[in-house]
Amino acid sequence: MYHKEKSIQIKNSASALYNNLGVLRIAPRRLTYFTVVHANVVNMVSASWDGLNYSHRQLQSKEPNVATSTSLIMQAAFCALPSRDLLVVTSQKGIQMYESDGSIMVYWHALDTPETPTEQAVFARGISAAWENYICVGVSSGAILVFDVPSKGSNITLSEVLEEHKESITDMASECSGSQECIANLVTADDGGSLCVWKSGEEFQLLNKIPGFDMSCSSVKLWKGTVVAGYGTGQIRLYEAVTGILHAEVNAHARWIYSLDIAPFSGLLLSAAEDSLVRVWLLTMTPETNSVEVAHLHNECVTDTQICGAKFCDGDGYAFAVTGYDLSEIIRYVQS
Amino acid sequence: MSSRTLPLLFINLGGEMLYILDQRLRAQNIPADKAKKVMNDIITTMFNKKFLEELFKPQELYSKKALRTVFDRLAHASIMRLNQASMDKLYDLMTMAFKYQVLLCPRPKDILLVSFNHMDAIKDFVKDTPTILSQVDETYRQLIEMYTPLSHGEFQLIRQTLLIFFQDMHIRVSIFLKDKVQNSNGRFVLPTSGPVPHGTQVPSLIRIFSCTGEELSRQQFNNGGNYNAALREGSFEIFGDRVTKLGTNMYSVSRPVETHMSGTSKSSAQHTKVNAAPNPLAKEELNLLARLMGGLEVQKPGNTDMSLYDLQANAELAKIMGEFTESGDQSPGASSKGDDLLAMMDGL
Repeated sequence: MYHKEKSIQIKNSASALYNNLGVLRIAPRRLTYFTVVHANVVNMVSASWDGLNYSHRQLQSKEPNVATSTSLIMQAAFCALPSRDLLVVTSQKGIQMYESDGSIMVYWHALDTPETPTEQAVFARGISAAWENYICVGVSSGAILVFDVPSKGSNITLSEVLEEHKESITDMASECSGSQECIANLVTADDGGSLCVWKSGEEFQLLNKIPGFDMSCSSVKLWKGTVVAGYGTGQIRLYEAVTGILHAEVNAHARWIYSLDIAPFSGLLLSAAEDSLVRVWLLTMTPETNSVEVAHLHNECVTDTQICGAKFCDGDGYAFAVTGYDLSEIIRYVQS
Repeated sequence: MSSRTLPLLFINLGGEMLYILDQRLRAQNIPADKAKKVMNDIITTMFNKKFLEELFKPQELYSKKALRTVFDRLAHASIMRLNQASMDKLYDLMTMAFKYQVLLCPRPKDILLVSFNHMDAIKDFVKDTPTILSQVDETYRQLIEMYTPLSHGEFQLIRQTLLIFFQDMHIRVSIFLKDKVQNSNGRFVLPTSGPVPHGTQVPSLIRIFSCTGEELSRQQFNNGGNYNAALREGSFEIFGDRVTKLGTNMYSVSRPVETHMSGTSKSSAQHTKVNAAPNPLAKEELNLLARLMGGLEVQKPGNTDMSLYDLQANAELAKIMGEFTESGDQSPGASSKGDDLLAMMDGL
């Protein structure tokens, strides 16, 4: 179904972090941006669609004025809003937001880091755009910071802090189907496996809370009102977002899942785990019967590699890209 | 990232070091009483109460340099002497072994079982010496108290922190190459077969449910591997069957152990690029560790650079040796004759 294409070499190897691959497709310029985190650096590659031009850039985690220990980056992700695209980088010290090409930092939010380290680690992790003008970022305490983003410029402000999760935020996602009918437009996940479903607005509204089962949910997606969640047990679960009804349960991987992605136009689902496998599935919704079907389509094994990021490169799922711990390349696959 | 990583890193690396030293002491036919003294002295230092107190405090992981210095000093807490090349080899073996164990742990929580395997072996080394034994038992209690309440997600954070520490290390170790757990490019073999982790199901089942919760259908898919059901869970108590073999002594069958250095230059270059910015805290770390490990005075700024590695020349070592030698054999002179175990590490 897919075959391997030429890999993109990056300057450093990928670190073992959840969802460690960012992809932004810039159709008007026929290029795609990729981001891969290595310790305290984000490696950015801009790849032209004809495969002829690659340009690289590295972004460092920002540290406060006083020289202290290195701030490790937990995640880098693109947020596509109707008016603009931003690159958000979350670390142990705070949240940096850049123009999507990484050229200018437009905003910095410092986390409250204690003078001496505490038992509970402090970091930001979990990034998503929400609705038209919000960017949400999770924190290790379980709080979710909601930032109001103007259509231009750097006047980004902290609009709200949502305190519903009791454990560290792992990942979050917005409704990606483009459908206006979905009430819920954001899902957030934590280290205990709890999922919160939100309706965004001036004041975010909690629509539903789906309890965890004492296992971390490391990656989550929201599509056509369905939450798709990947867990440390290697299981994938599909829930109806607003009601919490369990639609499907898949024993998908033999190790901890690190990344999920959905191609919104086709319903293809990509899952990747520490077990070296990337799997492609097809989700089919039947609104009349309120049911979901999950079909397994394809496996790719990245030999001797614990995968840490996997994303589709386009909305149909025609191509996808993969990163692995200790690998200094972005591996690409294209439909045959 | 996780502020609870350092104790696990130190104990597991220390455990590996002891396995290697024990094997070398046997291979070189060092008299039993001398060998036992070396092992006891090192273990006593490793589990020194003040050092452990500092170790178990919540803190960020030490830099590679700072941790290497701790182990340099630990290796010299006995009458044994190592030149730099030998110490390099020892450290490479220790770190690659623990990297292997961390990568191959089926679940992040299993790193604790690996740590208990090391602790169990250490306990066995000192079972005839009650004073040291009680220090080891106390450490078990501290490990249990700190780590057993942690969630799976918190263990994964610890594991991710360790993997950043081990990033880009691909030193080839002949015992791993022979056992086919490491490829010739230095990367470890990750099998897509064998038992799944405790708590995970063999990948194959897709279950669909109705709105009322009843199962509507179940299908199987081809998982591309050859997995079987999970083994029973290992014990997280002071005594018990850990089930996993990771962290047990792979040198206990006497076989030659070597490292190949050819793979390192590229990987260390990659590493130094990221850590290029000087870390002003590095001096602080070295001073604190030096104080605790060797009972030394705080070094003046000019002295705390890497000339520490030329260990034989450093007069401070005589002091360390004096501090930690139980029998009170204080004179540096005695150690350079007869008792000199320098040649021992050449076998590495």
